[in-house]
Amino acid sequence: MAAGPKTYGIIAEFSRTADVLHAAEKVRDAGFTKWDVHTPFAVHGMDAAMGLKNSKVGYFSFLGGATGYTVGMLMIWWMNAFDYQIVVGGKPMFSPFFAFPVSYECTILLASFGSLGGMLFLNRLPRLHHPLLKNRRFAQVTHDKFFIVIETADPKYSPAATRQLLEAAGAAHIEEVED
Amino acid sequence: MDAAAHSHAAPARQVQVAAPPAELAREPLVLNNHSFGWISDAVAGIAEGKAPKWWWPAFLISFGVMATMGGMIAYLFSTGVGVWGLNQPVAWAWDITNFVFWIGIGHAGTLISAILFLLRQKWRTSINRAAEAMTIFAVICAGTFPVIHVGRVWYAVWWLPPIPNAYGIWPQFRSPLLWDVFAVSTYFTVSLLFWYMGLIPDLATMRDRCKTKIRKFFYSLGALGWTGSNRHWSNYEKAYLILAGLSTPLVLSVHSIVSFDFAVSQVPGWHTTIFPPYFVAGAIFSGFGMVLSLMIPIRTLCKLEDVITVRHVELMCKVILATGSIVGYAYGMEFFIAWYGGNQYELDTFKNRAFGPYWWAYWWMVSCNVISPHLFWFKKIRTNMVAVFIIAAFVNVGMWFERFVIIATSLTRDYIPSNWGDFHPTYVDVLTFVGSFGLFMTCFLVFMRFLPVIAIAEVKGVTPQADPHHPAGGAKDGGHH
Repeated sequence: MAAGPKTYGIIAEFSRTADVLHAAEKVRDAGFTKWDVHTPFAVHGMDAAMGLKNSKVGYFSFLGGATGYTVGMLMIWWMNAFDYQIVVGGKPMFSPFFAFPVSYECTILLASFGSLGGMLFLNRLPRLHHPLLKNRRFAQVTHDKFFIVIETADPKYSPAATRQLLEAAGAAHIEEVED
Repeated sequence: MDAAAHSHAAPARQVQVAAPPAELAREPLVLNNHSFGWISDAVAGIAEGKAPKWWWPAFLISFGVMATMGGMIAYLFSTGVGVWGLNQPVAWAWDITNFVFWIGIGHAGTLISAILFLLRQKWRTSINRAAEAMTIFAVICAGTFPVIHVGRVWYAVWWLPPIPNAYGIWPQFRSPLLWDVFAVSTYFTVSLLFWYMGLIPDLATMRDRCKTKIRKFFYSLGALGWTGSNRHWSNYEKAYLILAGLSTPLVLSVHSIVSFDFAVSQVPGWHTTIFPPYFVAGAIFSGFGMVLSLMIPIRTLCKLEDVITVRHVELMCKVILATGSIVGYAYGMEFFIAWYGGNQYELDTFKNRAFGPYWWAYWWMVSCNVISPHLFWFKKIRTNMVAVFIIAAFVNVGMWFERFVIIATSLTRDYIPSNWGDFHPTYVDVLTFVGSFGLFMTCFLVFMRFLPVIAIAEVKGVTPQADPHHPAGGAKDGGHH
């Protein structure tokens, strides 16, 4: 690339929800892949406007839950029916019924960790250094502004044409962000 | 066109889409058509800058009360459980009453954050953050009591987590008491995860606003590098939905399992199948009482009347009315079954509850829990903040007495008259319980100083201008894109 500071991408600022949504549709239709929309809150319909698929967090939750239930049942069986048997009130050494409440809690516990952990893993978070976080204007994204960001790494990116596309989509302000 | 009929939505903007008919329009969740930025400023502002005048006195009093609890616990540990009033036959008294009381308080927070989310009740966004914080602090208070009531606490590590003791014996999982350990600790952990996850976008807001380096460092750490990316929001929303789906059966199971501590035993007055649903309804009832006790002062002190509106308070009053009616029904049904079941011990226990030496506790419970919520049938009372605050306090008092009546008075009379006894609390019992409010309030006041008390991103998301298909959000073609 050119000498001097490398450019991470181009950011376009919007101030209304509908405007950024329609602009996102245009960027999607132009065939970009390395781009994103940044919003202060989750915008209803944005996933479709960006052409995103259903999130995969559910698999992590299921994995966590299945592990939790299995670990719970095995733990109780191993402790109370295998490693050290104690007769209590003539009850069986192991039964899935009395083992259920604890296994159920373990299911929920590990499924919850799976959901949060899965979300962070899929989002590649925590990531405390990001080119966008250094941009002063971009800090408004957690306040009241919306941004479309197209990375220079996108094969369709070209400094002039991409800027033109975002201008045509109605961006209020456009600037390049250093890497 | 109909811009006048919809004037709260977009005063200065050109509206080209017909507003919905008046009968479909609801009172807005954020009054006065505030912008996104206003919401950030109003909420984040509370945790920024100098503490308001009322904060320090409130904090010092709470801290002093908490310190009293610390002193009482130190006395208990150094001397033994004899400093409490409990003894045979009433071996569970204020300790377990306080435990059930506090864990019940927590349930409203999870109901608001999880169940109302699944039911698409958007009004929850204004109160869920503070209610979830309340849950966490209430569970901390609750967890203290079972730990300290065992006498020699330094052995607790062998019977709380599954660790074998000196003889290699494991905890035995046929006891509901052990189920309870798992239920409460899972509840605490999952509530904390859910709360933290909700905080991530708001911590990013705090990060992007703060002026000092120290604050920036800590908020950055907490926000995990959140940039509001929609690819992230997509996974985030899914994880939030799943956590809500997991927390819903969890919260129902926690108080059910707490009720098993009693229902699985043979004690008359405890051995009852109605306990799980009855306990869960009572927990939500008491929890909403506490949410209102916290929210009504907060909305005034922090000037959040436009976010926590009268409509929000009214809706919470309606939840109290509904759950209070379930609780009242359960009281009646318990009595009916005690008679209809034909078990003389059960019937005697209930007669003793209502007309025995602890009749006053029973009737306190009935007046607070059965009679007072029915005042909420009247809109005039639901919209009067002072009246709501007082009734919420009665609900809290009543629900403490409910647990006392169930736990202590059932134990005073069992099968053989030679086994009967009384219970008298000591000053240590009283001050430990009062002190737990200090612990709760100290945690809550610290939370208010450092974290946003309202879920900023979620409240922004339920305003009309957040909806790309609403005229206020800039929609031009009537809700289609």
